[in-house]
Amino acid sequence: MALKYSSITKKVIMALAGLFLISFLIVHLGINLLILKNDGRESFNMAAHFMVTNPVIQTMQWVLFGGFILHILLGIVLQLQNWMARPQRYKVEGYSHTSFFSKFMIHTGAVIFAFLIIHLVNFFFRAKFGEMPHIMINGEQYEDMGLLVIEKFRDLPYVLMYVVWLLFLGFHLDHAFHSALQSLGLNHSKYTPVAFGVSRALAILIAGGFILIPVLIFIS
Amino acid sequence: MNLTLKIWRQKNATSKGKFVTYKVNDISPNSSFLEMMDILNESLVTRGEDPVAFDHDCREGICGACSMYINGRPHGPDKAITTCQLHMRRFKDGDTIVIEPWRARPFPVLKDLIVDRTAFDKIIQAGGYISVNTGGIPDANAIPIPKVDADLSMDAAACIGCGACVAACKNASAMLFVSAKVSQFALLPQGRVEAAERVNNMVAEMDRLGFGNCTNTGACEAECPKEISISNIARMNREFLVAKLAAPKPRVDSGGGI
Repeated sequence: MALKYSSITKKVIMALAGLFLISFLIVHLGINLLILKNDGRESFNMAAHFMVTNPVIQTMQWVLFGGFILHILLGIVLQLQNWMARPQRYKVEGYSHTSFFSKFMIHTGAVIFAFLIIHLVNFFFRAKFGEMPHIMINGEQYEDMGLLVIEKFRDLPYVLMYVVWLLFLGFHLDHAFHSALQSLGLNHSKYTPVAFGVSRALAILIAGGFILIPVLIFIS
Repeated sequence: MNLTLKIWRQKNATSKGKFVTYKVNDISPNSSFLEMMDILNESLVTRGEDPVAFDHDCREGICGACSMYINGRPHGPDKAITTCQLHMRRFKDGDTIVIEPWRARPFPVLKDLIVDRTAFDKIIQAGGYISVNTGGIPDANAIPIPKVDADLSMDAAACIGCGACVAACKNASAMLFVSAKVSQFALLPQGRVEAAERVNNMVAEMDRLGFGNCTNTGACEAECPKEISISNIARMNREFLVAKLAAPKPRVDSGGGI
């Protein structure tokens, strides 16, 4: 199916899925930052509880899976076509002035995907199917997702692994927002430089924000 | 200047090809890159060897024939020029220069540094034209066109079809070339008539020929001798999306004929 779509259609789907994934990352980060609040994990656990019980969020979860799968599969298809378009490589290549991280999207993407599986096993599947500790908030029992996170990030290897993973996420995001707009045909002499700035800011804020969590938990 | 050249030598389209190292001595820094190649070839001919085959024609940066990938960049180290506009003073005495042909599946090597760029002609044949009856030259101002649009169209029309965008792109994508050819018409009223059909057909032909996809890396724009902007690629994407989603289907039963 993906092979039959034109190159531009594939890039447009890739861009839309990518933008959706960015919006997911922002929501994810917003909730995660609640764990740094010093209230006995109450607000984080409440937010986590909302996310697993709200029907709208639960529906969106499937859309999110779809978004991930589309973005990953199309990314692979596009890359394979790109490699096939140059069967014989140059002896000396890549001295043109280009945006650096754009050349390594498949590589940073592959690293992100590999760690994503570990991440899902650690937290998502654990919370969905595994045994969870519980916590009492205002007389009601909630699953203590926060405890799970804090316990994981007491291990230095885990913290380092997450920092490396999130750095790669940052590299990937550096060529995300503005590239998606370009693929969608949105280019403007005045606003495209702004989009580049937004892209860089999103990369730093999202990766930096996520990195803050394991590092701060480990230090405290 | 004394230089070491590592040049891709390939007897014909089917042979394997390899790099061969040549020394050239006493090259004037003021000679052009192609003159340096001429000097090399003269020495090869006197030695009874096969000269290095390379494309060239106008030698003034207009025709786009001189396709050479020099030290990792199409048309060499300078910005916004073709190989024939490159001068030897851009290199240092004793430098090693690696010269390769364009590398892309749709641009097969014919001999040494010459590639077959018929793929570009096929893309043009797919829609890079407007259908008008020939006749007298129309009055220049018969159709008023905003200056901004005329300028953007002329910028796109500066494309000489050299293929440096494909050569520079890590994906061997032809998006910059195709987008320039789509844009030069899409911006003008005469081109609007067939705009949807044009972008559909040209993109389909580009894909069919096996060019890569666009990663928005910007190498094409950086290497284009005519400084075609990747904003043209965004315009083509827009045109393509509008053509797919909103354009009315062409009616086969319309028109005055059958």
